[in-house]
Amino acid sequence: MIEVDGLSKRFVVRHGRFRRERHVVDAVKEISFRVERGELLGYLGPNGAGKSTTIKMLTGILVPSAGRVSVAGLDPSRRRIELARRIGAMFGQRVQLWWDLPLVDSFELLRHIYKVPADRYHTQLARFRDVLDLDPFLHTPVRQLSLGQRIRGELTAAMLHGPELLFLDEPTIGLDVVAKQRVRDFLVEINRQEGVTVLLTTHDLGDIERLCSRLLVIDHGSLIWDGAIAQLKERYGGERTLVVDLEEPAPPLDIAGARVEKVDGPRQWLRFRGSASELTAQVAASARLVDLQVQEPDIEEIVRRIYAGER
Amino acid sequence: MRLDWEIAKRGWRRYAAYPWATVAGIFTNTIFGFIQAYILLAVYRHRTDVGGYDVRDTVTYVWLAQAILMTVYVFGWQELALRIRDGSIATDLVRPLDPQRYWLAYDLGRAPYHFVFRGFLPFVFGALVFRLHTPSPLDAVAFLVSLAVAVVVSLGFRFLYNLSAFWLVDIRGVMMVSLSLSLFLSGMVMPLSFFPGWLGEIAHALPFASIVQAPIDIWLGKHHGAALAGVIALQAFWALVFLGLGRLALRAGSRKLVIQGG
Repeated sequence: MIEVDGLSKRFVVRHGRFRRERHVVDAVKEISFRVERGELLGYLGPNGAGKSTTIKMLTGILVPSAGRVSVAGLDPSRRRIELARRIGAMFGQRVQLWWDLPLVDSFELLRHIYKVPADRYHTQLARFRDVLDLDPFLHTPVRQLSLGQRIRGELTAAMLHGPELLFLDEPTIGLDVVAKQRVRDFLVEINRQEGVTVLLTTHDLGDIERLCSRLLVIDHGSLIWDGAIAQLKERYGGERTLVVDLEEPAPPLDIAGARVEKVDGPRQWLRFRGSASELTAQVAASARLVDLQVQEPDIEEIVRRIYAGER
Repeated sequence: MRLDWEIAKRGWRRYAAYPWATVAGIFTNTIFGFIQAYILLAVYRHRTDVGGYDVRDTVTYVWLAQAILMTVYVFGWQELALRIRDGSIATDLVRPLDPQRYWLAYDLGRAPYHFVFRGFLPFVFGALVFRLHTPSPLDAVAFLVSLAVAVVVSLGFRFLYNLSAFWLVDIRGVMMVSLSLSLFLSGMVMPLSFFPGWLGEIAHALPFASIVQAPIDIWLGKHHGAALAGVIALQAFWALVFLGLGRLALRAGSRKLVIQGG
């Protein structure tokens, strides 16, 4: 579905008002990967890593500086319009619906933009109304929708024309737990039932864990991980951190199965795998414990650790 | 065609969604109409003709200008520039739709709304108080055609200066310049015929005259026969020039769609 080979994008940025200095920014550096039809994969990396730039090249909005891209068998930047009919895109932080108009008005207009036959449009819409529960706000102006409602509307807008490939940029950002779950269920359904290929950009480890089987990680423009989630978790995500507050400052605790990462006065950070209660018992046996907290590794941290070359 | 119609309907509905803005606008247009009419009437106390306009022509001009002000939208417009600046333009470009076609259709839906709801009432108020020029049926039809072309010229120009957002982070400066150009040189502030000699000639030769001066002169019966057709042809020419330049600028701009918004 997607073939990327040695893809690079270089921006020339000029600074200064009069004596302009040229700065070369390599936003994406020679990345290569393949995505098969029907995959649901996560694409992540810290802010500014090159995610959006990659997606813009895959959708044909940006012309690559070097390398080869093929999406659904097309060269995106040369055949942007043709490709646009076959893909869907949703950007969680951007409004693609018509702000001042009722939600259903946006859908109607999209139907004409994508030239979706009327009967097909009505069956599609009926399905999304059901799955995403759109009926309570279908006729509400978009500007009055809650974030969760708007995102459900945006997802529908991205899917109405039945795309083979869906690009989602942080679809769950800012959503509450219930809304997040609904969006995730929806993505699983369209992926499993219709075989829609989904490329998902996110900062949310939960999204990745529940949805994706494969993960691409990019940092500083380079692809630094391409592999299964299970493998990644085993390698990096399996370790959690126990933060303990002792009664008084102490030297780093020496406990089997854990290592002290940091000490700050009476507070210590212990990296460990396995059971937190076992470790807590061991800590309590060797020092006087006042308080404790277990921290799950977040994706930003995993990315940082992969990048730092912790292998 | 069907698509353009659907887009145009949204252009109409978007403005129809804010009826109180319309009411406030009608009030403002009417007040300004009175102020401008009385100022220019003072000029006619000492003469009967200014630049070929008698007093009734001038007062009609003032009220017509107020009536079509919103239709041809000579005031600043930056919807597209804001979409470019915040990166939303990217979401427009992942759709199988040309942005210029979209905005043109949208504006051609917006303009009739403003013509009916912002133009009609202020003009009626003016006509109740002053004696205004009534056009011949032919001139009235020609006026409507000319006004429609004027909307395209205006949109072509606005589309073009909005695209400067691809290169400039803040287009307020460009907006100010464009706004004064189009307000002053279109004939919105006062008829271009009032400008002295060479300034008037330059103003008439520029594309901005096609936005306000041209349709109003047609209403006032200043052009006949071939000259009338010539005025509309010139407007159409400027419309094509602006749309052509907009096309080129859009192509150049989307090539350098930079990092704005990651």
